[in-house]
This record gives sequence, C-alpha cells and structure tokens, in this order.
Amino acid sequence: MVMSQTESAFANAHPTEQDIAVSIRGVSKNYGAVEALKDMSLDFPRGQLTSLLGPSGCGKTTLLKIIAGLLKHDSGEIIVNGKNVTGPGPNRAFVFQDFALLPWATVMRNVAFGLELRGVPRSEREDKAEKYIKGVGLAGFENAYPHELSGGMRQRVGLARALSVDANVLLLDEPFSAVDEQTRRKFQEDLLSLVANEKKTFIFVTHSIEEAVYCSDQIALLLPRPSRVHEMIRPQIDRSKGVDNIPREPEYLDIVDQIWASLRAYVE
Amino acid sequence: MVIMGYKLPNMSSLLIWGLLWEIIGQTGLTFFVPPLSEVFVTLFKIIGTPAFVKALTETAQAFLAGVFFAIAIGIPVGIFMGRSRLLDELLLPWVNIFVSAPLTALVPVLMVLFGFGMKSIIITTTLFGIWIIILNTRAGVRQINRSLIEMSRSFGASQFDAFTKVYFWAALPEILGGVRIGVIRAVKGVIIGQLLISIVGFGALFELYASNFLMSHFWAVLIVLFALAFSISEFLGYLERRVSYYAANRS
Repeated sequence: MVMSQTESAFANAHPTEQDIAVSIRGVSKNYGAVEALKDMSLDFPRGQLTSLLGPSGCGKTTLLKIIAGLLKHDSGEIIVNGKNVTGPGPNRAFVFQDFALLPWATVMRNVAFGLELRGVPRSEREDKAEKYIKGVGLAGFENAYPHELSGGMRQRVGLARALSVDANVLLLDEPFSAVDEQTRRKFQEDLLSLVANEKKTFIFVTHSIEEAVYCSDQIALLLPRPSRVHEMIRPQIDRSKGVDNIPREPEYLDIVDQIWASLRAYVE
Repeated sequence: MVIMGYKLPNMSSLLIWGLLWEIIGQTGLTFFVPPLSEVFVTLFKIIGTPAFVKALTETAQAFLAGVFFAIAIGIPVGIFMGRSRLLDELLLPWVNIFVSAPLTALVPVLMVLFGFGMKSIIITTTLFGIWIIILNTRAGVRQINRSLIEMSRSFGASQFDAFTKVYFWAALPEILGGVRIGVIRAVKGVIIGQLLISIVGFGALFELYASNFLMSHFWAVLIVLFALAFSISEFLGYLERRVSYYAANRS
C-alpha cells in the first residue's frame, strides 16, 4: 500500500536514531493550582527547526522558557547536548517576542551585549557583532538606536544578538508576531536559509499554523487543558523548488488543514 | 504664552510679579517688602563680600556632601528594594514614613547624636533628599520590562552586571526624576540644618538679616538661593528630558 505523503509525514513523526540536541523528559510545571505543563516529553533533533504550535494557554512559551532556564520546572529533566540543565547557559540563546533590546544602547552594543556579558574584549566582540549585523541585513545601522528602527529591524537586532553568542540551540518566542505581515514573510524566508546555513537547532514558538508548516522540519502540536503534546508532525515539503513554492505544495496545504482540524475545537 | 502674535519667552509672568513687588515696595506699605530694585542693588553689593562667599561655600559644601550621600545610598537601596521582595517588605514602611514625616522635628535628635557641626547638617540634608530618591528608583526598577530582565539572565549576566548594565539604565528616567525632587528637598534640608543646628552658611545670613530687620539683604540672599535651587532643578530636568526618549519605548 502506498501512503500519501501526508500520511507518511504523520507516521514518521517519531524520530529514529537521530542526533538529539535538546530532550525534555516528563517535565511538569504548575503555577499555583494551575497545571501549565503536565508530564511532557519531547525531542528536538540537532540542526533542525522544531515548532511548538498551539492555541494560547497550551504552555508553549512556558515550555520554551523552561528550556531556556528562565523558568524552573517542578519535575522532569531538560537535557541539552546530553547534559541535564537547570538554568540559563551559553549553549542556548533566546530571541524575545518583544525584542528585549537595550533602548539606551546602539545596534552595535545591543548585538554585542551577549558577548559583553561573557567578558569578551571590546574589539573582539564588535568584530563578531559587525559580522552578524551584516548577516541580518542591518549594515549601516550599527550606530542607530532601537527607537530609530522599525519593528522588523529591531527583531533582526535581537536575532543577531542571539546568533553572535554562538549558542548551538536557538530559542525563538513568537519572534515575528510583533512585526508587520510583509516583514514577517521576509523573516520566514530568512529563517529557512538560516536553518540551512547555521547548523544550529532552532526551537520556535508560534501560534500561526502557516508559519509553522512553512518553516518547520518538525511541529509539536500542543493542546491545552491539560497541556500535552497532541501530535508530532514532520512536514516533508520539497524545499528545493525554492521558498516561493512552498505555500503551493499540496503537502503544505494538507498539513495546514489537518492541524486546523485538530485545533479548531480549542479556539473560541 | 502668545500675546498679540508675539511669543513670550518662558516665565515672562515673573516680570508682572516683579513689577507688582516693585510697586508695593515703592508705596512703603510694609518694611517687610522693600522695592525689588533695592533688593537687587543690595544683592550686587553683598554678592562679592567675604561674608557672602563664606556663606556660599559653607552651604555648598554641606549641600553637595548631603546630596552625594542621598544619591550614592538612595539609588542602590532603591534598586535592591525594587528587585528583592524581602528587602522591599523590610524597608518600604520606613521609607514611606520618612518620605512624609516632618523631618525638621528630627533635627534636634540628630544634634544630640552627631553634635552641632557640619556632620549633623550634612546628615539633615541627606535625610531630606534620600527618601524620594529611594522611592522613585524602586518604582523605576519595578516597571522594568520583564523581558529585559529575562534577556540579561538568559545571556548569563552576573548580578553585578545586571544591576549596573541593565537595571540602573532601564530605571534611569525615574531615577533622575527622583534625584531632581530629592535635590530640591535637600536645599530645604541644608537651610533648616543651618538654622537649627549651627548658625553657619546661608542660615547664618538669614538669621543675621532677619533679626536686624535688613529686609532687602534678606530678600537678596533668598533670591540667590532660589536661583541656585532653580538652576540645579532645571539642569536635572534637562538630563531627564535627554533620557526620556527611551522612557516611552522601553516596553
């Protein structure tokens, strides 16, 4: 029997003997009486982009912040590169939904700030920051201040800062939700080439189904009440035909529909 | 203000009040109000005299020392209170009491504790200024965008780095607002200290002129003091406006 591409995407959702960069095992988190996460287990393959997708209240940002070490989990284990972690560490870098830039510092200092906190000497960190400022397309804005930039440009600064510390796991918390639609499209394209070029593991929180299917190697579909991983989806979209064609692939459209069918009940 | 198409410079209304003062003074209604012109003549007469210069330096020393301690202690305490629940619970009641307490009543106690000299005056000055600096700094730190705090943690900031590179700067607009009000209060503190503790500096001049009914001298010194306090406050206001551009877009 020949499976359709979509069926095989769902069937192959359990990764085999892949190199796992981040693994969470039985993680629970309560806010008082509210169960934010309950006994959640997930694997994030190295060098791939995994989306955490779900309606609001499903605990996706909570999970991301626990992986970042910004929130304490009540039980379970977070294993990054084979080691159990309990706090923030240099192997993970975070990109914030609201950018979290220093408003009093230039683009240069903001991008280099992660390195500055690690005690990297000025000239060295600025060389490195320079490279990533160019990389995200902000060359010429080194001495601009965040309030002089558009939302999209600010998030590029946030991205460059996360890239410049050279962490091998990048955690992105709805990074494109505060930027306008056109900028968002461009960002998604850039993200794909970043995943292809940077050899980093990306963990990406989003509430946009299209965005998740477009960008992800793997989608963890989370559902609330109680929070759980409903499904793992591995879209096998042929990206070789160019990013423009992704939204026209039947695979893309099928998965978007299928996810929507799962989520519909949870959206008021 | 614009009158008949002319834009008047700031504080032009002072001219009207100055004129009114002059008229009342000229009519000789009360010895308490000499004509403003006479006050200014006296002002320029005394401004270079050794007595005045001595008073100015004494006051400036006590004031600067008092303000220095108010800022150097107030800002860190405010930052710690803003970041630590425990410290906040411990100290906030005291800060709230002192910020609204009639501190003048405390001055005699200070005299007993610290003597009748410069030390007590400086402490009085600090006490007048410090509480509002603490409160404003605390408020500034408490409203720091959560993700800025998370950002510094996630990139591995040490406590010290977080305080000096993030919290202080993120709270700077509120801190400067507090410093400005604190400094104005400290002017009150230094004069009250000089009047009550030991008769030195401007306090001594006020005492001298008032008790000898030298009203134009009295007013002249008062105008100098107002002018000084006003310039300091305006300067701090200017600094505040310099950083306010990011107060609006921190979140």
